[in-house]
Amino acid sequence: MMRYIARRVGQGLLVLFVLESLTFFLVRALPGNPFLGERKLPEHVLSQLNSLYGLDAGLWEQFFRYWKAILLHGDFGPSLVREGVQVSEIIAQAFPVSLELGCLAMLLAVVVGIPAGMVAAYRCNTYTDILLMLSAVAGVCIPSFVLAPVLGITLGSHVPGLSVAGWDNSLCILLPAITLGLVNAAYVARLTRAGMVETLASDFVRTARAKGAGSRRILWVHALRSGLLPAVSYMGPAFAALITGSFVVESCFQVPGMGLHFVNATTDRDYFLIQGLVFCYGVLIVAANLVVDICQAWLNPRLRS
Amino acid sequence: MIFPQKKSSGRLPLQGALQRLMSNRMAVGSAVFLVFMALLCFVLPLFPCIANPNLTDLDHIAAASSWRHWLGTDHLGRDMLARVLYGGRISLLVGMLATAVAVVLGVVYGMVSGYVGGRTDAVMMRIVDVLFALPFIVVVVVFSLSIEDPCRQMTDYVVKLTGWSRDAVAPVFGLVPIFLAIGALGWLTLARIVRTQTLVLREQEFVLAARSLGLSHVAILFRHIAPNLLGPVIVYTTLAVPGIILTESTLSFIGLGVKAPNSSWGTLIKEGADRMEVAPELLIYPAVFFCLTLLALNFLGDGLRDAFDPKSSRD
Repeated sequence: MMRYIARRVGQGLLVLFVLESLTFFLVRALPGNPFLGERKLPEHVLSQLNSLYGLDAGLWEQFFRYWKAILLHGDFGPSLVREGVQVSEIIAQAFPVSLELGCLAMLLAVVVGIPAGMVAAYRCNTYTDILLMLSAVAGVCIPSFVLAPVLGITLGSHVPGLSVAGWDNSLCILLPAITLGLVNAAYVARLTRAGMVETLASDFVRTARAKGAGSRRILWVHALRSGLLPAVSYMGPAFAALITGSFVVESCFQVPGMGLHFVNATTDRDYFLIQGLVFCYGVLIVAANLVVDICQAWLNPRLRS
Repeated sequence: MIFPQKKSSGRLPLQGALQRLMSNRMAVGSAVFLVFMALLCFVLPLFPCIANPNLTDLDHIAAASSWRHWLGTDHLGRDMLARVLYGGRISLLVGMLATAVAVVLGVVYGMVSGYVGGRTDAVMMRIVDVLFALPFIVVVVVFSLSIEDPCRQMTDYVVKLTGWSRDAVAPVFGLVPIFLAIGALGWLTLARIVRTQTLVLREQEFVLAARSLGLSHVAILFRHIAPNLLGPVIVYTTLAVPGIILTESTLSFIGLGVKAPNSSWGTLIKEGADRMEVAPELLIYPAVFFCLTLLALNFLGDGLRDAFDPKSSRD
């Protein structure tokens, strides 16, 4: 098991390195440059800016300098658009916001999605099942950019204390968390149902039944572990995506999180900020996939080899 | 209740699948609805009863529904029904084209990776891993920004070559960056699915037989392996289309997708959301069309999955 984990960590680091290098060249291949504003800068100012940020050096030299700064000093460089601000400062400011929001949304998805999927599988092909799965499909189909304004105008403006936008009191988190959580709850419920239905039809469950185990015991003790596998493999990457923020939800509710930076940094050609954000996202995705693999080995003994 | 029964059929897999699909009322209803929606969006605007979606009727600004404007008009006096139908046209078109790009890329990549195997397979799958770890939104933005210029040049070239008016050509080529960008990332999951299937297929006797008859690898891949991948590819494709349409609308909502003078359901929903307090119907009409289409696509996808893979079926 330890060797398996070590090998996966090694693979993850390799993926991370390739990912970050790819991003480095990708953003520099973009047409335009970070200093294109409303006003066209004179040539000498532009070259001065380029040499200030080290963008006048050769591509490979910049590449090695960038990796050296990360590996030796943990330095992701300055933001090119917001003067005098470091990339690490921007991420340190925005990440906790998205993390808090993402965790609450994920909690909502798990608390709503898994029980709903289990009930639907247990009562497979009854009206309960059909009703639950219809609402799950509806949840998948109503996009967050429809749900966000609708929730804002129905709940936000009528329930006292709930605010429609901003991040200044503790209740602000509720509406964006519900918007993000419901979509994921719908996916989790569908995957849980599919996994549970398949497990409940499998031979070892039949054996357990033949031995006289009650339906409740079968559901909770025998079937739950392998029935959760599909949902778990979805939840890993989904969690990583949730805690790095969603552009739509953050812009609809005016949440100062990471999601906004992903889009703005790219359209602004803020090279170092994009690279820093992709690094952050990559670390989380790789870590999430690793945790999913370990969880799956724990949930399904057949995968432990 | 706790043991869903497995049904087996002795017929050909494709025939059986079709029969199972036809017995699924939800899926058939969805298919009919989708055909109806496609007719609405693509054929109805050809008739004169649908106004020009960009024409402003200054006598009827922000009007309620009437005989003249069935769904009313927006704050600039544009006919809502026409806008929703033309928006659906763009959304569906981009969705289909992006799906086509994704399917071609995914199937070919996955097939080659699984068939060749060994070190090539390992490298190709690590590339997929890396692309999976890239934040989707960054790649789409990078991609659509970097092919905007070539597309503009292409427009100029076509205008010069054919002599058509610029206004007719530009909107068509304006869609290219967006569907290429979405398609260029949508193939990853499909490549993984196809690879897994190919790994199983290439060990089968009929591939050995084809080899010993002296067929080339390319012929084996496209004549013998590709047809066997049809089932999973159809199922995955139908399930991926709603996601792709959703992506297009999300991008348009953000302002990175379909650009004026084109508008898609995403841009309409964005406009509606901005004016929601004054005129909620501007949000409601496009949102209802959009959500119903996605629902139908999902039901059809689920029906196809159950039909092709009776193991995971409900009955």
